[in-house]
Amino acid sequence: MAQLSDTETGEATPVVDELRDDIVAKLRAELGDAVVDVHQIPGVDLWVRVTPEAWRSAGEALHSQGFDYFCFLSAMDWMPSPFGDGENDPTEEVEEDPSANEIRQGYAGGDTRFQMLARVTDTRRHVSVTLKADLPESADGSISIATWIPVYAGANWHERETHEMFGIHFDGHPDLRNMYLPGDFEGYPLRKDFPLLARLVKPWPGIVDVEPMPASDDDEGDDS
Amino acid sequence: MTMLSERQQLSYIAAQAADARLNVELETEGMTLNIGPQHPATHGTLRIIARLDGEQVVWAEPSAGYMHRGYEKLTEVRTFPQVTALINRIDWLGSFANEVPFILAAEQLMDIEAPPRAQHIRTILFELSRIANVSLFLGDLGVQMGAVTPVFMAFRDREYVLNLIEGATGGRFHPNFDRIGGLKDDLPKGWLDETRQVMKKLRNFCDEIEDLLFGNEIFQSRTRGIGVIPADVARQYGLSGANLRASGVDWDLRRDQSLPLAYDKVDFRVWTHPDGDSWARCWIRLQEVREATKIVDQLIETLPPGPVMTKVPRIIKVPEGEAWVSTENPLGEMGYYVVSKGDLGPFRVKIRSASFNNISITPWVLKGVYVPDIITILASLYFILGDIDR
Repeated sequence: MAQLSDTETGEATPVVDELRDDIVAKLRAELGDAVVDVHQIPGVDLWVRVTPEAWRSAGEALHSQGFDYFCFLSAMDWMPSPFGDGENDPTEEVEEDPSANEIRQGYAGGDTRFQMLARVTDTRRHVSVTLKADLPESADGSISIATWIPVYAGANWHERETHEMFGIHFDGHPDLRNMYLPGDFEGYPLRKDFPLLARLVKPWPGIVDVEPMPASDDDEGDDS
Repeated sequence: MTMLSERQQLSYIAAQAADARLNVELETEGMTLNIGPQHPATHGTLRIIARLDGEQVVWAEPSAGYMHRGYEKLTEVRTFPQVTALINRIDWLGSFANEVPFILAAEQLMDIEAPPRAQHIRTILFELSRIANVSLFLGDLGVQMGAVTPVFMAFRDREYVLNLIEGATGGRFHPNFDRIGGLKDDLPKGWLDETRQVMKKLRNFCDEIEDLLFGNEIFQSRTRGIGVIPADVARQYGLSGANLRASGVDWDLRRDQSLPLAYDKVDFRVWTHPDGDSWARCWIRLQEVREATKIVDQLIETLPPGPVMTKVPRIIKVPEGEAWVSTENPLGEMGYYVVSKGDLGPFRVKIRSASFNNISITPWVLKGVYVPDIITILASLYFILGDIDR
């Protein structure tokens, strides 16, 4: 106990998050090499990336660890939008930046343009995990992954939404009808290469109206 | 049965047999019933398709999407400060509460924190939007079951809360008041005194509703034991807020996570109910309005002085990273998964709204119930269409 109090008074010890470390250790023990990468912000949040083949078993492993509260399931398209981000002045000269078109995955890395994203919570230990998985495209361009419905029944609607918005097929899902869009809608709206027509036809009107702000000396915030 | 002769017994059995034959002949007929999209119980335009056998539901499926506005796509072409104007319209009865988790996620990515006074006022306005939202639910509950009076009382007393929100923010429904790094303005003069008065009125309103509605025999018989959701099913479907706590799960994001809001400075109770039926869900919400008025009262007493805005650059660029922040909104867990690439606007925002999960359980919970109970179960699950469709 004396040792413990010594470490407590010591300054700037690196934050150790035993709870999340323990979760990762158990996941690694159960899934082995299927856990590809882990990103942790101690005391804040935890990201775990698994292989696409282990998507279902990762859900089952988390569920058996006590993560029985299903938060959400969705996907990510990491390709930078070919149409720009819509808030820049289209008349302005933009410096060509070759890195701008590079696909850069976020926390816990990745190799594919699309990634699965899901979050589950343990309501007893008050901790959550964000799970990710790469989504490789097959030869004919289709993307598919196993459904989570047998593990988390609530994944049903989330997978339907992800299917119509990203065009990801969920193997074993009983009913992948569109939720929002008409049944014969073509394209997948949340993919980055799906244009937001309203913005293409008429650029953001605020851009032309905006006047340069009067510069003041005491303002720390700068345009840089 | 008292002493019966053999003859009486035989005739009794014969009558029973005749009844049974009659039931076979009166075969129930299957039909498909369409509820909505325009129906008072749908809080917007949710359509429910129910296949019936006689008066019992064999299969039911909500058909959402009549109000899909594509916010997740729209956020990708907006700057961070512009996004708040959009997400105000997700749950339109508790608009301010929608802004808070998004702003907190952006602040987490920028590694800044609002000053204590701003955190306090945020929490006060958050709880006021909860009161405005849930008090309408309590009034509306009566309408679903044929009692018209409670809704007038709800609109009467909710008006005071909306006036408070308007007084502080300038907007009754869509305040758009939260800023990255703090708040747009400080509270106006005299606002705190008025809030104290209004909180008293709201507690009165809760007592009235409890007497009038929750004590009503018809209300009880139509909600008790109906639409029971066990705790493990509720967790699997990601039910949140009062719906989850009514199933006995002690989980409240106000208490169970540390966010830069003032909830750790107040004393409040998280109510749970073991039953998981429609009654429990309604009762938990009633208690939550009461707790919210207490939270507001305590926060008013401890409001710290100081600025309401921290120093932020004039043009906000959010550093690269990912953040998830969710808060206990009036309808349940509302969260944003914000991905930034260091630009003016977010790269992607995944909006996790409470009603989407809360309503996804309807095919499960409506199976086997009777037609009139569809309405009470939907009312007790409580959803806002904008919160489902986004």
